[in-house]
Amino acid sequence: MGQLKVAVIGSGNIGTDLLIKVLRSPYLKCGAFIGRNLSSPGMSKAVKLGVLVSDESIGFIEKNPDCCDLVFDATSALDHRRHAPILDQLGKIVIDLTPAQVGVMCSPAVNIDEALKSRNINMITCGGQASIPLAYALSLSHKEIDYIEVVSSIASRSAGPATRRNLDEYIHTTQDALKHFSGAGSTKAILNLNPAQPCVNMQTTLLAQVSNPDMEAYRLHLSAVVKNVRRYVPGYEVIVGPTVENGRVVVMVRVRGLGDYLPAYAGNLDIINCAAVAVAEAHARKLGAVPVH
Amino acid sequence: MLESSERSPSIDGGPTKTVLISDPSLRDGNHAVKHSLTAEQIAEYCRASDAAGVPIIEVGHGNGIGASSLQLGLSACPDEVALRVARENLKRSRLGIHIIPGFATIERDLSRAIDLGVDVVRVASHCTEADLTERHIGYARQKGRSVFGVLMMSHMASVEVLVEEARKMESYGAEGFVFMDSSGHYLPGDVARRVTALRAGLSIPVGFHAHNNLGMAIANSIAAADAGATMLDGTVRGFGAGAGNAQLEVLVAVLHRLGYATGIDLYKLLDAADMAEKKIIEAVPTISSVSIVSGLSGVFSGFLKPVMRVAAEYRVDPRDVFFELGRRKVVAGQEDLIIEVASELAKTRSAA
Repeated sequence: MGQLKVAVIGSGNIGTDLLIKVLRSPYLKCGAFIGRNLSSPGMSKAVKLGVLVSDESIGFIEKNPDCCDLVFDATSALDHRRHAPILDQLGKIVIDLTPAQVGVMCSPAVNIDEALKSRNINMITCGGQASIPLAYALSLSHKEIDYIEVVSSIASRSAGPATRRNLDEYIHTTQDALKHFSGAGSTKAILNLNPAQPCVNMQTTLLAQVSNPDMEAYRLHLSAVVKNVRRYVPGYEVIVGPTVENGRVVVMVRVRGLGDYLPAYAGNLDIINCAAVAVAEAHARKLGAVPVH
Repeated sequence: MLESSERSPSIDGGPTKTVLISDPSLRDGNHAVKHSLTAEQIAEYCRASDAAGVPIIEVGHGNGIGASSLQLGLSACPDEVALRVARENLKRSRLGIHIIPGFATIERDLSRAIDLGVDVVRVASHCTEADLTERHIGYARQKGRSVFGVLMMSHMASVEVLVEEARKMESYGAEGFVFMDSSGHYLPGDVARRVTALRAGLSIPVGFHAHNNLGMAIANSIAAADAGATMLDGTVRGFGAGAGNAQLEVLVAVLHRLGYATGIDLYKLLDAADMAEKKIIEAVPTISSVSIVSGLSGVFSGFLKPVMRVAAEYRVDPRDVFFELGRRKVVAGQEDLIIEVASELAKTRSAA
């Protein structure tokens, strides 16, 4: 085989940014970009990029199953729950960018090998992708974590309608993933949509309660995990801490994007899309795809 | 002979205008005591305000249910306990909550609150983000509760945008709309203009929630009522974040004197306020110098500490920093702008 053929379903901010990253990947080629409305900005962008587009949603893949081997689902949690059984029946590998929690949760810096065993991989949420590496490193340095809280701020402009409607799913999925990857007793996720102009960069703060915090050990594990994340998200950077303030462990990261579809402030698009592409490329290598540079 | 301002509805003879009062002392007041209100305090205040006939009592963390967190402060009394205690102690008054999507979810917080017997659900967002409230408004309506939409930091949106966002909330099913002057920035004319525009653009009742940074909370609330707002918020002794809210017992007294009906027994409300001052309110809110600057510049007062620190570092006047931040329409989360503004001010000064 040559490159791995993929389709992107969902033509909003996330799907369109993802398309640009897919087109850049040496391991992937785009068989179709699928939405519901040919006149949406994402669709127009795809047409300009010379990609085959369709407004038939999941129906297009059902009618043209050969258009792809792997499907990125960038629609909404509700839609993905409907798409998942259809794509499973068609034998597609699925990378789900919605907080639907159907497949195996994956943060590539933490569990990519485990995730590759599954045919439906859930990319959690943008805040999850930013915070899980931080929480995971904390679990490597601390046996017992009482509580982890994660606060993400993203630019209002970077959150499209599906992201906004999925706010509750975002929170639940992020909390569940934090618990899963850190073993913390309880977890909480908060999301702020910040309308400031100029747009703010994505920022995520992790606040944790642990007994006897060992910052030396945490710093070591953290720097290893962060290095791993930066392999697929170069704009991922620790800007505060880790430190103990007022009895809580605090670490803050800023995520600058590559500026593919939206400007660089929209690190939330990049962190989940870069993670999704990293998983797709790993799948491609596993299947014997040949990179085209 | 009575002066017109002292007329009572019966003497006036005309139809009495009614204002629906909502009292968030046990919610906004939680900001003023770092979310430390206890179950006993909630119970006692609920009994007192219920006896006074206050129509709606709002209870919870300062940022609403589900917002107890390391980031914003942990509630001493968990939501579930607070709501249960309030429910048990309210006979006539309706129990209300404030809920901000992004902090609270339907499944984790709202459905439980509704099961605990909440009557009034006020779903809030920043003034430009109304679409975040669609599902929460829809859910609470479907459960048969009274549902109001709330836009916070409303001075940061133009009148047109405010109306547009409020219309979204109406389309999601909100039965009333409240705009909040979170920074205490408005003057009475600002409020009247917004109420007039909102009434023209909406078919649901309009309400107003004041803060007192510029000492205008009562005047602004009255301006809202005179322009046709039919819902007003007030807290006893102004017990709320920063410079506090419209002082409820003053608001009710003035409304009555102007001939508005509230259904509240003023004497009993004064008793409730006296009790609260003794047993609940650590320090009655005052208008500090910082509150004035924050209100005037329209900048979130949480910026105070970082502004003071950075201003000292760059040897510029923190008040100048506040006003420049206000000019740039800074919002919470943009603390990084403080350094930029302070360093520019320092440069301008050395060039002068």
